[in-house]
Amino acid sequence: MKSETRSEHFDPPSLIGTLLRKLHIDIPLFVGLCLTALLSFIILYSAGGQDMATLMRQAARVGLAFALMTALAHINPYQFKRYSAILFGMGVFLLITVLVMGQIGKGAQRWLDLGGFRFQPSEMIKITTPMMIAWYLAEHALPPKTKQLFIATILILIPTLLIAKQPDLGTALLVASSGAGVLFFAGLSWRFIIAIAATLTALTPIIWHFMRGYQRDRVLTFLNPEADPLGRGYHIIQSKIAIGSGGIYGKGWLGSTQSELDFLPESSTDFIFAVFAEEFGLFGCLGLLVLYLLIIARCLYIASQAQDTYNRLLASSLAFTFFVYVFVNIGMVIGILPVVGVPLPLISYGGTSIVTLLAGFGILMSIHTHKKRLSR
Amino acid sequence: MPPSYPVKDNTAENRLFLKRIVAAFIVITLLTSGLIVRLVYLQIVGHEHYASMAKENSVKIIPLVPSRGIIYDRNGKVLAENTPSYSLELIPEQINNMDDTLERLQKTLAIPNEKIELYQKLRKRQKRFASTPLLVNMNDDELAKFAVVRPFFPGVDIQTHLIRHYPYGDLAAHVIGYVGRINEAELKELPVTEYRGSTHVGKIGIERSYETQLHGKTGYAEIETNVQARSLNTLAETAPESGASLYLTLDIDLQKTAYDALEDYNGAVVAIDIKTGGVLVFVSRPGFDPNPFVVGISNDAYQALQASENQPLYNRALRGLYPPGSTIKPFVALAGLEYDAISAQQKLFCPGYYQLPGVSHKYRDWRKGGHGSVNMNEAITQSCDVYFYRLAATLGIDHLYTFLHKFGFGEKTGIDLVSEKSGLLPSREWKQAQKKQAWYPGETLITGIGQGYHQVTPLQLARATATLANKGKIVMPFLVNKIVTAHATQPGPHPAPAVIPLKEDNVSKVIDAMINVVHSQRGTAKRVGLGINYQIAGKTGTAQVFNIKQNAKYNEHSIDFKLRDHALFIAFAPADDPKIAVAVIAENGGHGGSVAAPIAAKVIKQFLKNAH
Repeated sequence: MKSETRSEHFDPPSLIGTLLRKLHIDIPLFVGLCLTALLSFIILYSAGGQDMATLMRQAARVGLAFALMTALAHINPYQFKRYSAILFGMGVFLLITVLVMGQIGKGAQRWLDLGGFRFQPSEMIKITTPMMIAWYLAEHALPPKTKQLFIATILILIPTLLIAKQPDLGTALLVASSGAGVLFFAGLSWRFIIAIAATLTALTPIIWHFMRGYQRDRVLTFLNPEADPLGRGYHIIQSKIAIGSGGIYGKGWLGSTQSELDFLPESSTDFIFAVFAEEFGLFGCLGLLVLYLLIIARCLYIASQAQDTYNRLLASSLAFTFFVYVFVNIGMVIGILPVVGVPLPLISYGGTSIVTLLAGFGILMSIHTHKKRLSR
Repeated sequence: MPPSYPVKDNTAENRLFLKRIVAAFIVITLLTSGLIVRLVYLQIVGHEHYASMAKENSVKIIPLVPSRGIIYDRNGKVLAENTPSYSLELIPEQINNMDDTLERLQKTLAIPNEKIELYQKLRKRQKRFASTPLLVNMNDDELAKFAVVRPFFPGVDIQTHLIRHYPYGDLAAHVIGYVGRINEAELKELPVTEYRGSTHVGKIGIERSYETQLHGKTGYAEIETNVQARSLNTLAETAPESGASLYLTLDIDLQKTAYDALEDYNGAVVAIDIKTGGVLVFVSRPGFDPNPFVVGISNDAYQALQASENQPLYNRALRGLYPPGSTIKPFVALAGLEYDAISAQQKLFCPGYYQLPGVSHKYRDWRKGGHGSVNMNEAITQSCDVYFYRLAATLGIDHLYTFLHKFGFGEKTGIDLVSEKSGLLPSREWKQAQKKQAWYPGETLITGIGQGYHQVTPLQLARATATLANKGKIVMPFLVNKIVTAHATQPGPHPAPAVIPLKEDNVSKVIDAMINVVHSQRGTAKRVGLGINYQIAGKTGTAQVFNIKQNAKYNEHSIDFKLRDHALFIAFAPADDPKIAVAVIAENGGHGGSVAAPIAAKVIKQFLKNAH
């Protein structure tokens, strides 16, 4: 009991620590995120052809994302819970708007133009979907009953299918797993989980039937990349060469030859892990994975310490989704998963995903720093 | 066991949740271990293999772009070819002092500052070993000047590329089209593997509709490169297959005759080989020079083309919509005979206007005093409006629509060019659907003389004329006659024709009248039928650009040129064994007989002279 209280009052002696606590920042998580961001700049500088301008653009985005995280950390988690349904409804509405506008404009469109800056509803829904499911399930006794499972599934499917229709398979996958994560942490019985897994396997031919040509190509390429070495298999083959040639110790920073010689496409975005693995080798990769695991562990710890069901479910699902990001991206780059457009979280070049990710961490920090002091 | 109520049991929930957190962490750790196993496999077990692949230093696979197929006219004259173009390219890593080099080059070749700035921008986006162009499309003078000083410029060299060239310039730009740089939207549509290495793609015209055949098949070379990515030698090669050559049905000399004959009029001329459906002439004037589009037209030049009041980029022959005017009359007359609405001998009186029963509005004839009593032959020869008002009233819009539709009015001809317009053939149903209004009897009258809602493209008009000349055997126009690859010669896609069932006697009567239009004293195009030993059958037309108020007088000298009537003429020849059908539209030309008919006659005479 006593030790627990002590950890609650973990007091960094420095001034910065006090300031960070005042800002409702969770220090271990913050340190982990900063380290990852730093790593991102280092690797982006190399992958982006040592272009300072690219780096500055990314730094601006990361700065903005950190500001948003801090702002969200300030908000009492009770407010997130209160507006969950409304925010989710808005998100779905915006998704439909984007879809309809895209159809009028005859082409895939994912964003709304808000007077100069682009807003992707599918990014917002990545967070509001677990919020909605957590809010809905927290209203009832856990583990959820069949009826609640049914309704929750529908609620997850709506945004997932809308995004899949854009078509943005990667984001759809992340939204679905964020919702599924809530169900899992709410105590969905293992029997159900196995049943769902079996059903999905059985549904594979049907899903195949509904996939678009290029999506099928990706799966086929994944199964046999050598069949089309110049077209679709090119990415996977080249990224395997980059990673494998890195070996145990890597070729050193700026030593990547595969991305330098343009063998590796999309080396700054979805395939940046290949550059990282080539330059820093197996040790670097293990280090990065450990860093990710520490962030995830901290998030799960925050979830375990949360005081109400909604907060627990939301926090754990956000942690889980973060892992899905990592797993799907690295899995695709090292050739054990098909290529879907999921960036390496906090590291890939690009602004949209990092803003959403840090918004999620902001919510986690809010949950952790707004706990009521219970007199035990 | 007691029944479970939906009551929150916080302790149980908490325990369940913690179990799940632990389970999740185990799953996450296991999956991460999976990633690590794979990384170990790639980076330790497979390291040597992949390292040698990376160091094979690497075998770079580069695409070998096929040369694009040549486009010829029917007589084998080249309409689109690939010509070498020279550019001055720099390889930054081989140049010790870039600024100095650029300065000296600028002095030697008189390069404008903008190009230097453009190059500086381009250079930043390229790898240091990549050859980056400073000047493109160099002229002989520039080439000669550089050749002299070349030894003093290490890392700077002339590179040769093939670019598309259209020797006939604006003469047939609307048919042949042009290629341009692949844009982002096209990049998504085009097959990745095939277009790796290709920079250009067909944008309009034949270049667009036969893109697949013209492009050819991309080949690949495996090139061994050193650490600086410079090519060392070729290990293996799959040669590219050149694109197919296309032989068009177009006759570029005849095309020039028609283009020149239009003089300063905007307009279109379409001529079809009746026996096959091959398009001989496809003129849209003014044309434009497609060559600048290949290298990238400057924004100013493009804006000027866009803003031009004459709309040179607009394909009038394919997409221009005009009222057919009196050129519709032979078809309406034939409808009258086919539906037994009138006999050819029956005379109708033309007082110079026509009124529907109980309506005060006067539908006027173009000749103020009227044509008196005229039969069908005279009505067509003199283009009597009142005769056709009355005939149209007797036929009714439903019969008119059904009959004219058979000749392809209101629908695309299916020619092998993209973005054809279908025109508009009005019907009762169309008006109800589009205008939410019933069909008025007065609208039937003006449809009978080719005014009102009816809109045709010059191509449609030519096709209908050819079909009439062919006695109902539908002529399907096409442009590509032969597709020739290294292995085979295939015919172009020629659709199978259908037949409109017509009584031969009826068709002859209408054709006789059309011969009189050109060869009789009272014919509206009598001047063009002189000095030939065969007969031309034709029909003049005048399409109103704006409506003249009741009782007002149309005076072509007093109104703005842009509001003057369009001049139309359709014709085919020889009348007894038709070989060529022509449709001419001269915008704001005024009279079909005096402006449009001579153009058609020139085309016909040249074609038949050569055919003999």
